[in-house]
Amino acid sequence: MWRRFALINRLPAANFHPPLNLVMTAHPASTRAAAIPAGLSSEQLLEMYGFLRLTRTLEERLAALYRQTKVIGGLFRSLGQEGESVASAYALRRGPQPDVLSPLIRNLGAMLVMGAKPIEILRQYMAKETGPTRGREMNVHFNDLTLGYLGQISHLGDMVPVMAGITLTFKMRGEPRVGLVYVGDGATSTGAFHEGLNFAAVQRCPLVMIGEYNGYAYSTPPARQFAVRDLAEKARGYGIPAVTVDGNDVLAVYEATKLAVDRARVGKGVQFIEVKTYRRTGHAEHDDQSYVPPGEMEHWAASNDPVDRFVRALRDNDWVPARALDEVDTRVRDEVDRATDACLDDPLPAGESALGTVFAQPPSAEPLWYRAVTGPSPSHGAPNG
Amino acid sequence: MAETTFLEAIRQGMWEEMERDDRVFLLGEDIGAYGGAFKVTQGFLERFGDARVIDTPISEAAIVGAAAGAAHMGMRPVAEMQFIDFISCAYDMLTNYVATARYRAGLSTPIVVRGPCGGYVRGGPFHSQNPEAAFFHTPGLKIVYPATVRDAKGLIKAAIRDDDPVIFLEHKWLYRRIKDTLPTGDEEVPPLGVARVAREGQDLSIVTYGATVWKSLEAAAQLDQADGISVEVVDLRTLLPLDEDAIVATVKKTNKLLIVHEDTRTGGLAGEITARVNERAFEWLDGPIMRVTAHDVPLPYAPTLEDFVLPQTEDIVTAARWLAAY
Repeated sequence: MWRRFALINRLPAANFHPPLNLVMTAHPASTRAAAIPAGLSSEQLLEMYGFLRLTRTLEERLAALYRQTKVIGGLFRSLGQEGESVASAYALRRGPQPDVLSPLIRNLGAMLVMGAKPIEILRQYMAKETGPTRGREMNVHFNDLTLGYLGQISHLGDMVPVMAGITLTFKMRGEPRVGLVYVGDGATSTGAFHEGLNFAAVQRCPLVMIGEYNGYAYSTPPARQFAVRDLAEKARGYGIPAVTVDGNDVLAVYEATKLAVDRARVGKGVQFIEVKTYRRTGHAEHDDQSYVPPGEMEHWAASNDPVDRFVRALRDNDWVPARALDEVDTRVRDEVDRATDACLDDPLPAGESALGTVFAQPPSAEPLWYRAVTGPSPSHGAPNG
Repeated sequence: MAETTFLEAIRQGMWEEMERDDRVFLLGEDIGAYGGAFKVTQGFLERFGDARVIDTPISEAAIVGAAAGAAHMGMRPVAEMQFIDFISCAYDMLTNYVATARYRAGLSTPIVVRGPCGGYVRGGPFHSQNPEAAFFHTPGLKIVYPATVRDAKGLIKAAIRDDDPVIFLEHKWLYRRIKDTLPTGDEEVPPLGVARVAREGQDLSIVTYGATVWKSLEAAAQLDQADGISVEVVDLRTLLPLDEDAIVATVKKTNKLLIVHEDTRTGGLAGEITARVNERAFEWLDGPIMRVTAHDVPLPYAPTLEDFVLPQTEDIVTAARWLAAY
């Protein structure tokens, strides 16, 4: 199995403009044996498909809300790389005492797999009082550790040391739990990435890192980000087993992650999986992508869409009933519609709620005196700090 | 009864907390096998094992980040910065990740980041810093800076038990210089955010913290003896949250305020304290609020240079005498 993942390392992907040969997959669907790979069941394939479809449909809804100015800040999409998010998260243990992952801005799919709800995402983007962070943080920056996801901050690489600490705790307590942290190609240039990865490697933390090589960090291509060909080389420099897989092959990503998670869980330390994928939208919705060579996005959309490829594999091999996919599409559309309707008119948080819970103690900051004054101008000496 | 050093008091405080609570663990550079650059953690590895006393790579961001992750999962990590000067390498992790965690994401992050700070020891620019002002500006952090042996022990315990992230500053000039008899029997765990009157006085107040508490007390004794000026000295003990009531109370009592800190002048805590007194006790002041601080230069190595840059007892005497006569 490791040999098969290694295949992709031989692809001449030194400059990502674009590595069209990545379309050539490690195990093309047409030659796949009829048996479902990776020990997955038909139901599990359908569940994965459901998360892929939900990710895409929810982001399309968010794009519509963004154009209607209902989204307060920026919108960050994962179009074209939903496959690796969903497939990698799907390899984790969910339920009581779950594994814990730390997503990035383009890992909505991973969060949905762990149990984040579409309505939470919608409320976050629209800064609703009812959202998980009550309007304090944006987009997918929120967490639920009981479900197994930890929200990121915008400083790239910072979640690597934090996940090192979380998985160090699993190890200290002897809990059979694993952490998974995503980093983009650009984030591998940060100090926090290197410090955290090295720390975790030395401590043999049960941590899996997914390195997302998606072609652009905002507008900067990998050739201007690092001088290695593959992100996996960086991990190997820290003594970490690392593989590179076709990130738009859902089953290949699942299989590689499952193996890595299993290895981490039995004490084999940090594991690294590089997923080669492609970001088909801008950094955020405002980004005109003028830096993208003509035809590049269209090529990936037409010939290497992870959802299309997964659907083709399911259909060609009769792994799921054809009707079942349509049923998923309908269910997902209904779910997103209902979630949108349920929160569109939710209020924004009251301004003064901004003062609470900076600390456990004291529970709230005091409003400044000129905000607390409700009557006419304060009498002499009224200000009190 | 045997006297305890400032360093030994911190060591005892951490030791007792580790005995009391198995969620408490230590991580840092050279803290295990070597016992720490100043030997604060000597003997901990042997007693508590390498799972709870972790020698780390030279990676301050990873140390603080890993501590934060462990704290989210219910642990009580105590991270050592070998010298507090290196805490700047973890500035992003502390200010962006740790300080915001509860507010933005409801994440509990009860970590202590502790380390030796301060000058007067010929440590040069990178082994003498006082980093409090860099973090004082960040909502979400607490900063503790003890000056006495009793507080060193009591406040490290309070910091470890606190549910919020705490930066704990240990002045290395005090480590082996001051000694005291620690109380036996009931343990002392003073609350964070409460200042202490180190010396009562009538004519003028000095608000200070850390090593300059001792220099201020020395100055107060000289002023009493030579000039008959009665100086009150307030030891802040905790910088965040700042005990504004204690500062206002002493200003209302003596009507004159001198703020003393070892940190550099511009953007130092004295500015914020001045602003708060201005807002709350303007009419009780009988003179301008004055400051004795380090000069605004990196801290140099040569004894002549360091002594010139840092506030000395005679500087405090001079400034207090001027203010008393105002």
